Amino acid sequence: MISFRQIFRRRRIYEDMAEEIQAHLEEQVDALVAEGMTRADAEAAAKRHFGNVTRIEEKGREAWMMPNLERLLADLRFALRRLVASPGFSLTAILTLAMGIGANVVVFSLLNGLILRPLNVPNPRNLWQVSRGRHGGDSQSWPDFLDFRDRDSSFTGLMAYRTLGAGMAAGTSTVRSWGYATSGNYFDVLGIHPALGRFFDASDIHGLGSAPLLVLSYDFWQTEFGGRQDMLGKVVKLNEHPFTVIGVAARGFYGTNVYFAPDYWMPIVNAQQVTGWSDFCCRDHYGITVMGRLKPGVMPQQADQALNVVATQMGKDYSKDEGLILDVRRPGPAGSPNDPTEKSLLGMMLLSALVLLAACANLASIFAARAADRAGELAVRMAIGASRWVVLRQLLAEAILISLAGGAVGAFWARLLLGWLSQWKRFSSLPTRLPVIPDGSVYVLAIALSLGSGILFGILPSRQIWRTDVVQAIKSGYAWSESFRRFAFRDVLLLLQITVCTLLVTAAAMSIRGMQRAMHVPLGFDPQGVTITQGDLSMAGYTGDTALPVQKRILADAQSIPGVTSAALADFVPFGLGGADWFVYRWGTTDFIPAHMAFAATTYLVSPEYLHTAETPLLRGRNFTWHDDKAVPNVAIVNQTFARLLYGKQSPIGRRFDLWAQAKYQIVGEVADGEYGSIGEKPQPMMMMPFAQGTGSYLSTATCLVVRSNLPENQIAAALRRTLRKEAPDVPFSLESWKDYVDASMMFDQAVTIVLAALGLLAVMLAVTGIFGMASYSVSRRMKELGIRIAVGAQQRQVVQAMLRRPALLLCGGSVVGIAAGLLAARVMERLGAMVTPWDPLVIIAVSASMVLIGIAATWAPARRMLAVDPARLLREP
Amino acid sequence: MTNDPKSEQRDLFRGALEMMILQSLRRQPMHGYALVQHIRQRSNELLQVEEGSLYPALQRMLRAKLVRAEWQISSTSRRVRVYRITRAGLRHLEREMASFDQMLEGIHLVLAPVEP
Repeated sequence: MISFRQIFRRRRIYEDMAEEIQAHLEEQVDALVAEGMTRADAEAAAKRHFGNVTRIEEKGREAWMMPNLERLLADLRFALRRLVASPGFSLTAILTLAMGIGANVVVFSLLNGLILRPLNVPNPRNLWQVSRGRHGGDSQSWPDFLDFRDRDSSFTGLMAYRTLGAGMAAGTSTVRSWGYATSGNYFDVLGIHPALGRFFDASDIHGLGSAPLLVLSYDFWQTEFGGRQDMLGKVVKLNEHPFTVIGVAARGFYGTNVYFAPDYWMPIVNAQQVTGWSDFCCRDHYGITVMGRLKPGVMPQQADQALNVVATQMGKDYSKDEGLILDVRRPGPAGSPNDPTEKSLLGMMLLSALVLLAACANLASIFAARAADRAGELAVRMAIGASRWVVLRQLLAEAILISLAGGAVGAFWARLLLGWLSQWKRFSSLPTRLPVIPDGSVYVLAIALSLGSGILFGILPSRQIWRTDVVQAIKSGYAWSESFRRFAFRDVLLLLQITVCTLLVTAAAMSIRGMQRAMHVPLGFDPQGVTITQGDLSMAGYTGDTALPVQKRILADAQSIPGVTSAALADFVPFGLGGADWFVYRWGTTDFIPAHMAFAATTYLVSPEYLHTAETPLLRGRNFTWHDDKAVPNVAIVNQTFARLLYGKQSPIGRRFDLWAQAKYQIVGEVADGEYGSIGEKPQPMMMMPFAQGTGSYLSTATCLVVRSNLPENQIAAALRRTLRKEAPDVPFSLESWKDYVDASMMFDQAVTIVLAALGLLAVMLAVTGIFGMASYSVSRRMKELGIRIAVGAQQRQVVQAMLRRPALLLCGGSVVGIAAGLLAARVMERLGAMVTPWDPLVIIAVSASMVLIGIAATWAPARRMLAVDPARLLREP
Repeated sequence: MTNDPKSEQRDLFRGALEMMILQSLRRQPMHGYALVQHIRQRSNELLQVEEGSLYPALQRMLRAKLVRAEWQISSTSRRVRVYRITRAGLRHLEREMASFDQMLEGIHLVLAPVEP
């Protein structure tokens, strides 16, 4: 290490050395003169013999420096001065990179938060979810869970939970809240500790309804109860049933789903009080998530095998478990083979990496041009003794400075965007969360990307430096040998930019067209002008049968609101919160086990006004009436897909089917197919049942009021809230426009389209500046040649041709490759579930046209400049 | 200048150059020009010390406190910077020479003609 004093002494030391070398040279000269040389000859000879004084002094000084650090600082200082000297260039370069790196940071944060980062529990890699095989669902039934727990030996512990929603009354108001109903060992299996109080465990559970205990989530405790310490031991009511708060979970523990953060946890033995239905009854009521810890040394494949031995036994023991297949998978979207999140994020990662690559290509050619413009200066540097490495280091320092600044700006705006995204809730009534706040690994990636791209676009132009012939370069007017005669390196860079640009523009255009088409797909109902309020009367202690009169009163009140054109009741609605699927069996089935079912159908309980209110056209048969109730045989209205699956081309009217032994149905009407869960989904079988008749005579407390009106949204919302407060004061209701629900279902596709469009726009900007840069650079380099051509009589057309042929060729080549790649990428995206239009000539025409426009826009100014050349003046100039 | 073929040789002899400088200075203090002449003469003109290596080497040795330098007026009434060896320089020289001797002996043994 060198001391401070040394740093101050250094100037002195360096001066001493310089003086001493000078004295050495003089002594040498004197000696040579003494041998008989002339003084001039002697001076030249002495200098020749001594070598490069500057270089030797520098080497001598290095003995006193921390050479690498000081060299680095000097290089950075110099680079900074140069960048400040050309602020326009620096700013453009930094912004270009900021967007490229920012896009990568955003996409990687999503990937990291949703896929890569495990759940926030100890030893998360050892937590596995048990699901029903590749083609089955992720959820289990409670009786099956008990069998896994008792018969399987590869887990140290298996726990189960389901989500539920309930009205929580604490003090005066009731809020809609969401929680987990869990097996007693939930927290023990996870191995976590509470922030306050205690968790419940298996010893608290003594049978159905025995443990009315509640553990609050940290966030819920803070927001609803102000973080009060005295909450422990307090009683809160869930759907009118008292629960005792015994603990608060640790901060940062958001349950075991990635997207859904519960407000509290309760023992599942007490869930029936709250929800009004049993989770324990049936082997074919799936809705429970099962997770466990594997025993040390047990591999997931071994666990699969062991579980399937159990499944085979269970299939023999219980007819409903026939054909049961089990596997273990990682919890969350990462483990689910049917979840598109991971694949689409990987796809987006690839695209944003491409954009960054295009940005690097763009900057590389600008840097090459800047280096070429400095040819003379750099040659002088090398001539007076700077090694190529020194010059290269300078260029690299400039590139890395730019890239780090770009990375910092990019990471900054990415962080803003992600912060906003993680706070964002589409529906205030659902505790969804997007855990996408960047962590350390994201910032490491940002720094790595910055350095990587800096080195990439800094190194590429350095090939020029390496091949420089100093003697040639030092002559004035020397153009760096990166000639325009052959297919040059810069051409490759430009081709890359154009290809990436076209690819992204094509993919974005196909995705936008796909969205456009999806918007015009018949929904089977018209959500425009319809308001949906959803709540569950069980939250105020009602049962299905006692709820019906209240529901009817709510409907009557809603119908009488001035401005309401039509209103209806349902248990759920398409695209709304929640829903039900029922297994449909052919008429005459005797053995109601899942292996024998025809299909599962989306099921709605609707009042007779529903078809009119939703504007769902009845194709044939009759609508329901309020006389279709529990006193008369069950009837149903089905959609076309349902009818086709069960009866082929024949009319379904009057035909019959079963749901279970006591639930036999006759079809009275048929409606057109529609969309029920997501836009662009494959046609789903759907059936409707009379609201007053219920499903197999089970009425529902789920209350969904569908109101069509011509009032402004806030007026109808206020009127409906008044009605609901009057009829069901203790039940929290959500209230949204149906249009918003439908739009929300397209959120994923919209996000993909927006990302594609943003990346595409960025790529377009890169392509324009890239082509512009190349064209204008080529024009300015060949001004003299142009002057000669024009002077000897070349036509304007010929000159333009000569100048712009290469950019035009590159544009065409890049566009063709890019469109082909874009079409291919769109196919892949479609397979991942994104809405992409199939083969669409309009897209190709539009993309080609925009590439031509880009070409014209980018070459316009250079071409003008070229044509305005005055050959006489140009030729006179040196 | 970096593609000067001699530059590689210079670096090869860094340790040797330092030893020669220290040994020369042990005999008597002298300045840079004199060092070059001295080494050339002592080696019967076999060794030519490059000034390009000498001055950086002297700076390194100054930094390591193996030598000390002061400005003096020479016998030819020039202002010269005279180097002298320090105690640490002496120790360093002895250590280096011992290991150099060992190495030479080893090389010698290996290169010795094969006995019949």
